[in-house]
Amino acid sequence: MKSSSSLHFKTYLLILIMVIFGPLGNVLLGKGMKRIGAASMGTPAELIDLLARVLRSGTIWLGIGSLITFFVAYMLVLSWADYSYVQPASAVAYGMVALLAHFMLREVITPVRWLGVLIICLGVLVVGHTPPRTTESS
Amino acid sequence: MREVIFYLLIIGAGTGGELCISRAMKAVGEVTDFHPVALVRVFARALRISWMWVGVSLMATAFFSLLAVLSMENVSLVVPVTALSYAGGALGGKFFLGERVTRRRWAGVLLVCVGVALVIMGRR
Repeated sequence: MKSSSSLHFKTYLLILIMVIFGPLGNVLLGKGMKRIGAASMGTPAELIDLLARVLRSGTIWLGIGSLITFFVAYMLVLSWADYSYVQPASAVAYGMVALLAHFMLREVITPVRWLGVLIICLGVLVVGHTPPRTTESS
Repeated sequence: MREVIFYLLIIGAGTGGELCISRAMKAVGEVTDFHPVALVRVFARALRISWMWVGVSLMATAFFSLLAVLSMENVSLVVPVTALSYAGGALGGKFFLGERVTRRRWAGVLLVCVGVALVIMGRR
């Protein structure tokens, strides 16, 4: 039988990986897509052209790599922890996204938006004080 | 209007995909061995579960919708808006996966949603 502290350590470690690589992936995707420009998908030819530009972007591939790392950690943690625990806990990533968007992409973030991010993180803290598993493992 | 459709796809398909993948991973069982070969076996086992394929397809839909909306809006707006899926996620966890979502966890989810609302309001 696994000890509770071991289960928590494993859970927190993988959530940490998710919190770093998820936001980084999103910010890199944002940077790549901004370079490509607003998506125009009126015709199949435009869609293919857009897809080709997306696949040629190194920044987007870096973003995809980061998101795959996030995704692997996410899948592993879901093998023992509740989805309703992991999903909000990973919301701390929203703070990371705001920070990375501000410093890497120079996006202007209003005080109200920062407050929103802070409240999201507070919500994450509340969720973090609930047990990772509420159902019996099969 | 186009943005709203993409947001709905990100939230709907993304949440649905995560729930399906979660269900598949629960069927695989708790991962205790983190050796690369053992992990490959785990993923091979996961790929034999149909929920995994449904989940991956839904998440791919959400991913391409995310790419589309990121070409139009700032990351600091787009990503927090997608957090609206938390309410759906908690409901899905309770009704689709049979998880017991405590009052405290609901309170956390509610706070996350309030935060998301402020992020949207902070647009102007």
